[in-house]
Amino acid sequence: MVWTNAVVQGLLLGGLYALFSVGLSLMFGVMRFVNLAHGDFSVLAAYAAYVLVEHAGGTPLWTFAAVVPMAAVVGFFLQHFILDRALGAGELSPLLVTFGLSIFIESALQQGFGANNDSLFLGPLSYQSWKITNTLYLGRLEVIVFVVAVALISGLQLFLSRTQPGRLLRATADNPRAAALSGVNPRRVRALATAIALATVAVGGLFLAMRTSFTPTSGSNDLIFAFEAVIIGGLGSLWGTLLGGLILGVAQTVGSQINPADGILAGHLVFLAVLAYRPQGILAARNAAL
Amino acid sequence: MSTLEAPVMTNRTVKRYSRNSLGALGIGAVVAAVLVVLPAFVGESSINQLTQFFSFLILAIGWNVLAGYGGMVSIGQQAYLGIASYAVLYLSLHGVLSWWAAPIAIAFCGVLSIPISYLAFRLRGSFFAIGTWVIAEVCLLVVAQIESLGGGAGASLNDLNRFSPNTAGDVTYWVGLAIVLISLASVALLLRSRVGLALMSIRDDELAAEATGVNVMRTKRIAYVLSATICAGAGVLLILSNLEVQPNSSFSVQYSAFMIFMVLVGGMGTFEGPIVGAIVFFALQQWLAANGAWYLIILGAVAVAVTLWLPRGVWGTVDPRNRRSLVPLRHRVSVSATVESGE
Repeated sequence: MVWTNAVVQGLLLGGLYALFSVGLSLMFGVMRFVNLAHGDFSVLAAYAAYVLVEHAGGTPLWTFAAVVPMAAVVGFFLQHFILDRALGAGELSPLLVTFGLSIFIESALQQGFGANNDSLFLGPLSYQSWKITNTLYLGRLEVIVFVVAVALISGLQLFLSRTQPGRLLRATADNPRAAALSGVNPRRVRALATAIALATVAVGGLFLAMRTSFTPTSGSNDLIFAFEAVIIGGLGSLWGTLLGGLILGVAQTVGSQINPADGILAGHLVFLAVLAYRPQGILAARNAAL
Repeated sequence: MSTLEAPVMTNRTVKRYSRNSLGALGIGAVVAAVLVVLPAFVGESSINQLTQFFSFLILAIGWNVLAGYGGMVSIGQQAYLGIASYAVLYLSLHGVLSWWAAPIAIAFCGVLSIPISYLAFRLRGSFFAIGTWVIAEVCLLVVAQIESLGGGAGASLNDLNRFSPNTAGDVTYWVGLAIVLISLASVALLLRSRVGLALMSIRDDELAAEATGVNVMRTKRIAYVLSATICAGAGVLLILSNLEVQPNSSFSVQYSAFMIFMVLVGGMGTFEGPIVGAIVFFALQQWLAANGAWYLIILGAVAVAVTLWLPRGVWGTVDPRNRRSLVPLRHRVSVSATVESGE
């Protein structure tokens, strides 16, 4: 029964990891680089919410309405003023710039907030749970987070496959030159991708801050988990990313069940095993870039 | 303008050494000689500081081989740094004097990096960068669980305590100097070889290199192994000078930040760049270390700014066409032509 519990909790956690990955794979699809500051933006969003609640009060839930649009705007300007320039400066530049940005954000947060653990406390919602059987309890917050995460991912997949901006994103991911030749404005598409990426990672950051806790440097782990979910699931569709997130989440919770200190290690090992035996990922789509 | 070729007498000579590089080699030899005898003249604290500087310099040299010449950005070279530190600790616990453990630990890391490269090379570009980071995290998590090596709390290196701090500091300094010189020499030799040429051609255009018959994977692997071995040298030096290890600091991703900063600022893909970068970094660190996170904030900001506005780094900007190269890494053709007839 403990194992069922571990698997269920892992699935709930994995939905959240998938939400972190969506933006990473979207940006990679359009621009062919991984934003190494991706995780740090989720932590930045969490601190923004923390500050807002401290000053304006109320439940942290309302901060979604403020922080998520803010993150999208930050994403737009980040792309416009920094990443576009880095893309033009050579193949390795976007990696180096975003790594520098990551160090900058982490140390600035450390300077501003100290190295403590912080958390967004939601009152009773933080600990209430539904009883399924005598040994299986589902935390309400965990279930809500999972449902919202999966809904967001599904919505984004629908957006990509059914709407005009989504088609432009996919076209650019498939073949940026051909897309530009047929009239797509590549700068606008890139800014859109980064805005969506930062908005989704901000939602993920707030959820994670509500579920557990965050520190100025926890963005590194968020990035690594997001990356592992993408690779485990396989590039190609957001469903693959969702599956990768779920597998990673289950690996971590089952690992901690075996030995409490080994959860993260178990996740890494599953990732390395996928890398060794199925490097294209579990659900890799043929010829698809997004 | 004539479409006919004018008969031209050319006088081509291929040179490797230039006046610049001969002078620089001379100065380099003098500097190395001074550094060797330096412990006789300056105090212990300066020697220890120089040892610290050496460890950063070695890291910069190691990272530059991989990223600057091989075009592979890794943020996981701290894996080899940590493993080398722990290998020295392990050997010293089993009766090998730490200074003798140093070369064994370095060689061990070099060998270990071969199987790891097979895993890491499944990923390319951005994914390679984070993949190497995950591998380093795995090393960290595994080492932190080995109780005989101190577990998560770390351990201290005790076998050098029987020497006076002065002697221990001086010997460690010489070990560090030796690692620096060997690293520089091995990078120079690699770059002068066919493999070095192949490596740079892969960095510039992998497809074209492969089409001309370069064995891409093998060449990249050689660069990866050399880089890992050099970074292991820094790990060895860090434990020998700090006399303690702790998993979270030995395997810290901050070392990757340092490496990237030094190489970027100095000039990626230049031989001299890492040296310039290490000097800048060391000065910055001495100056700002007391101010806590501020120095990392500046480090990050400078890394972003240099990538965007000074992509060649300090050395690459001083010497954009690699003409003033102080180290004879390439052949140069000097032509003195006399046109006998024609326009």
